[in-house]
Amino acid sequence: MVSRKDYDVLVVGGGPAGLSAALSAAENGARTGIIEREDRLGGILKQCVHDGFGLVRFGEQLAGPEYARRFADRVVEATSKGTVLATHLGAFVHAARRETCGDGGVRYVLECVSRDEGVFVAAARSLVLATGCRERTDRQVFIHGERPAGVFTAGLAQHLVNIEGLLPGHRAVILGSGDIGLIMARRLFLEGVEVEGVYEIKSEPSGLSRNVRQCLEDFGIPLNLSTTVTAVHGDRRVQGVTVASVDRRGTPIPGSERYVECDTLVLSVGLIPENELAVSLGLALDPATRGPRVDQEGRMAEAERADEGIFVCGNALHVNDLVDYVSESGEQAGRAAALFAAARREGVPIPERELIPVKAGSGFLYAVPQFIDRARGGKAVLYFRVNATRAEGGVVRVASGGATVLKKRYAVLRPPEMERLEIDVAAVPEGATQISLELADKGEGDGR
Amino acid sequence: MGAKRKFVCVVCPRGCALEVETDEGGLLVGVSGNACRRGEDYARSEIADPRRVLTTTVAIRGAALRRLPVKTAGAVPLGRLVEVCRALDGLIVEAPVACGDVILRDLCGLGVDLVATDSLERA
Repeated sequence: MVSRKDYDVLVVGGGPAGLSAALSAAENGARTGIIEREDRLGGILKQCVHDGFGLVRFGEQLAGPEYARRFADRVVEATSKGTVLATHLGAFVHAARRETCGDGGVRYVLECVSRDEGVFVAAARSLVLATGCRERTDRQVFIHGERPAGVFTAGLAQHLVNIEGLLPGHRAVILGSGDIGLIMARRLFLEGVEVEGVYEIKSEPSGLSRNVRQCLEDFGIPLNLSTTVTAVHGDRRVQGVTVASVDRRGTPIPGSERYVECDTLVLSVGLIPENELAVSLGLALDPATRGPRVDQEGRMAEAERADEGIFVCGNALHVNDLVDYVSESGEQAGRAAALFAAARREGVPIPERELIPVKAGSGFLYAVPQFIDRARGGKAVLYFRVNATRAEGGVVRVASGGATVLKKRYAVLRPPEMERLEIDVAAVPEGATQISLELADKGEGDGR
Repeated sequence: MGAKRKFVCVVCPRGCALEVETDEGGLLVGVSGNACRRGEDYARSEIADPRRVLTTTVAIRGAALRRLPVKTAGAVPLGRLVEVCRALDGLIVEAPVACGDVILRDLCGLGVDLVATDSLERA
């Protein structure tokens, strides 16, 4: 007989989103279980030994593990007191399914396996997916040439250096100027690796300006913009790469190729939300974010399953640049998941939703959440990214049914920097069919 | 002759583009582009004596993991970061360690302590 654990709320993932979600669910009275694949809580923050985390939330610059500790220690304490939290470490979810309860409601059943508990199932009325994101690999960017050892994603290089204490090589080329790539350039440099340069296909850095300064400029590491790696060379181990300048569409310019000697290629070419479980449960993904479509509490918002209790938070929803916002989204999802489970357990009808789609107009990459449940009232947090740098800034207007819900000016808007807005849901007019985000130049959007 | 320099403030993720003017003696005359007061303080110290908090790892014995993440409790001179890193290469600490524990006092005579940024139990 396979052992079975029943909870009100099940959280998949013990990183920053999952920890916040679990703590907030437990604080709201839910019997909460966390399923974490690794042996320690904290997720990717465990290997992010650099600082800069927590400025928004704690007003301090914490190292990644320190930030994770603030939440993990509370989870461990709550678990040891035998209160409402339980943690399954080293546990992997290999399948998820639905089960119909006696009262007609749905229960989510996760089939898990762990070293300590063997095969077990965990079930709950509310499911919180806090599964984070994955790195794009060399197979997902177009690089020709050989397939020798020495090609690492930035996260793998970070794991080797910071967790295992191993250097990936001696002379490294970094492709992609995302924050992790910039941070790994500094990290490798400080550990004695020669960092030949960072190459970025776009005409501007993908990471935060402060990271260009404190990770590259501080140490004289060259940043080569509008340049990419087109081929990898080497038999058993990387011996070099070909780099080429690219045109405005990102296509390599013939004749601009040059050979760069190196034994290591580090790829920082983007992150993709991890939603294998969500997809297996039938959730469709938003092509812009590659995460599920949700309302302001992270609750799935697909019309045909609008009565369900699946919640998604953190990087599984969209790739964030600040962990502070990941924690915030976890908290919202955890609380909502607890209230949903309690209502189902007590047979209280779940309030009807009034889901209004959020549409990010031209100039935006995306906006999250994709829906606002007008019936929830209160405040709702919206996150967005623009699709191109607006050095002169701009005005973002949130409009619905002809009314202006919110207007905010920005001194500068850049795609790498996610922006956060808080709207008053009551300002969305009754019967509204859409909430739109509009971008205007400074001055234009002022109504002058 | 005074000089003008442009650099990005690293105090917070906002990353303001600072324009910093100095006089003949290298002293700060004016800062623009900063969204808050910290940008001015940063510009002043960046011109006189650029400093950074060092975050790295050191070897640990007796724990389930091999590396302990650490940071300097205060900023150290930018020009000495590499030297400080090399000084830590041979260091081995003994588990258990709690987040915030002082690992080394007065690191390299810089008057700054090295502290743990994670807790590792004895395995």
